Amino acid sequence: MRILIVEDDREAANYLVKALKEAGHVAEHAADGDDGAHAAATGGFDVVVMDRMLPKRDGLSIVQEMRARGDETPVLVLSALGQVDDRVDGLKAGGDDYLAKPYAISELLARVEALARRRRPGEVETSYRVGDLVLDRLSHTVTRGGEEIVLQPREFRLLEYLMKNAGQVVTRTMLLENVWDYHFDPQTNVIDVHMSRLRAKIDKGQAKPLLHTVRGAGYMVREGLK
Amino acid sequence: MTSAAPAGDRFAAVLRLFRTTAVRLSLLYLVVFTVFSVFLVVVVTHDATRILTLQIHESIDADVEALQDQYRRGGLVRLVFALEDRARRPDAGLFYVVDTSGNPIAGNVAELPPNAVADDDPDPHLLDYLRFEGGKETRHVALVRAFALDNGFRVLVGRDIGERERLRAVFRKAFRYVAGLMVVIAGLTWWFLSRRVLARIDEVSHASRRIVDGDLSGRLPVSGSGDEFDRLAVGLNEMLERIGELMGGVKGVSDAIAHDLKTPLTRLRNRVEQALSDDDPEARSEALEAALDESNALIRTFDALLMISRVEAGRAVSAADPVDVAEIAHEVAELYEPLAEDEGGGLVVEAEGPLAVRGNRELIAQALTNLVDNALKHGRSDDRAPRITLSARRDGGRIVLAVADDGPGVAPADRARIFERFTRLEASRTTPGSGLGLALVAAVVRLHKGEIAVEDAEPGLRIALRLPAVA
Repeated sequence: MRILIVEDDREAANYLVKALKEAGHVAEHAADGDDGAHAAATGGFDVVVMDRMLPKRDGLSIVQEMRARGDETPVLVLSALGQVDDRVDGLKAGGDDYLAKPYAISELLARVEALARRRRPGEVETSYRVGDLVLDRLSHTVTRGGEEIVLQPREFRLLEYLMKNAGQVVTRTMLLENVWDYHFDPQTNVIDVHMSRLRAKIDKGQAKPLLHTVRGAGYMVREGLK
Repeated sequence: MTSAAPAGDRFAAVLRLFRTTAVRLSLLYLVVFTVFSVFLVVVVTHDATRILTLQIHESIDADVEALQDQYRRGGLVRLVFALEDRARRPDAGLFYVVDTSGNPIAGNVAELPPNAVADDDPDPHLLDYLRFEGGKETRHVALVRAFALDNGFRVLVGRDIGERERLRAVFRKAFRYVAGLMVVIAGLTWWFLSRRVLARIDEVSHASRRIVDGDLSGRLPVSGSGDEFDRLAVGLNEMLERIGELMGGVKGVSDAIAHDLKTPLTRLRNRVEQALSDDDPEARSEALEAALDESNALIRTFDALLMISRVEAGRAVSAADPVDVAEIAHEVAELYEPLAEDEGGGLVVEAEGPLAVRGNRELIAQALTNLVDNALKHGRSDDRAPRITLSARRDGGRIVLAVADDGPGVAPADRARIFERFTRLEASRTTPGSGLGLALVAAVVRLHKGEIAVEDAEPGLRIALRLPAVA
């Protein structure tokens, strides 16, 4: 993937570029608002990571400009301000996701990958399949190897989100935001308990587990993890 | 030498006096009332004079007609008789008859100007004359009208206007009294304003000056009368109270940050040192991971601090959309129930919606998760996880959201303290946590104009949030 990083903090940007390269992406860096706007205008990026406060130009105005000319490249807005209102501002301006600084690099990677995937055509899928696990979004049923698994509504949404992002890391924060619609971190890690319950229903007694814990990052649904 | 103040100072003092509201208001009252009463007096005097003048005209016309009638019936003799008869009445008018050469032949007037009877104008006009009264001649003013008889004699009929002038004098006198009274009232107004009202304002400004000078514990005087100055003072005192709290909070927080963040920073430093000195790659990466965890915990603490100050600085949410707190309670319970069960406790939710409150869904949810989290951590007794009850119900105009556990509870003496930042009751501080959870709850409740109560759940702790319900 080609990723544009618009970030004025040189050290943070270098770290980010390095991490993205290690994850197998091509990262380009712009250090101020004007350069960022110019780079975004040349296009060809799969995802743009945009800092909100930049020298010369406000990051959100660049996003607005992109949307105004019909550029639908997914944008992840970064900001030192992490409150509800700031997130709403960021999304209103046309941003697709919002991440408050300081962030864990694994969190940023997971979100960038989720954004890039969101863009793929044929998005409206009525069912997801990973190995022999099938989730039918219309009938709200889940089967594994043909056998139905009964899930609570919240467990269903949890699995739905994980399967939508199958093969990719989903962080705990992403789960809280997308499944519970909470944009704060509870002090205790409540997500882990929900995940272990879900795992008990999905993977228990199965030869090949599908629900994996990615250490230091989050969770992933995937067939045959090495 | 203060006694010999220069003239300029005295002038300045007078200027200052005029700048006071008391003097300005008193002068304004004086001017307004004077204008009003002058207008009243002028109108009344004018109308009364007009009516009296009209009456005089009518009686003169009646006399003239009667005398002309007498003359037609009995000639000059009868006219003179009738005239003499009328002239002798106590409230007599003015009568005067002259012959063709202008010599007076009858009447009750001592002397008239020579041309007084020459005018044939039927409209009466003013005339100065001398009149016999008790054998003396006195000066009078009258309205008179003259007419000629067919033998060439002339007759003058008039009415004294002394009555009318006396009435006008009465009005003028009344006006002078009223004007005097007006000045007295203006003086009293000034006295009242300066003594009562301005003295209160002066007290308030002195008190606020003291507060500005650094005495933050000072408060504005409240007289207890409940007037607008009391209301103002009470409002300002509440503001001062809040400022004091915030100032105290800021000070407490900076002290607490210094104390509380030093420990994790020291631990972080030790881990990094350990990683640097260790040659075994596995032990090194373990130490680095521990360092990462420490720094994440520190970031979370700072996030929580920022969040609290954001919420505290936030404007009230009275304009926000209504949210259903029963639904929020169910969501939070659903989020925490598996965790509570896994730890061997339980989480029951008692909430029947909709229970509408104007506010922010996420903040209320976060406050509730903090309370549940707190109950899970501190509600343990003898290694048994607590059974937690999360309830929401309506109580009059309030919605009561409560989280209760059946743990050891909190001693009454410590109950107020638990909402302060970095308060952690266990001296050993072994339970993980930043000591900021309840401080955020308190800030959220304050933002929603609610109250917070710490109660005994017998056994256990119950924290109740009372938020204003949507009417």
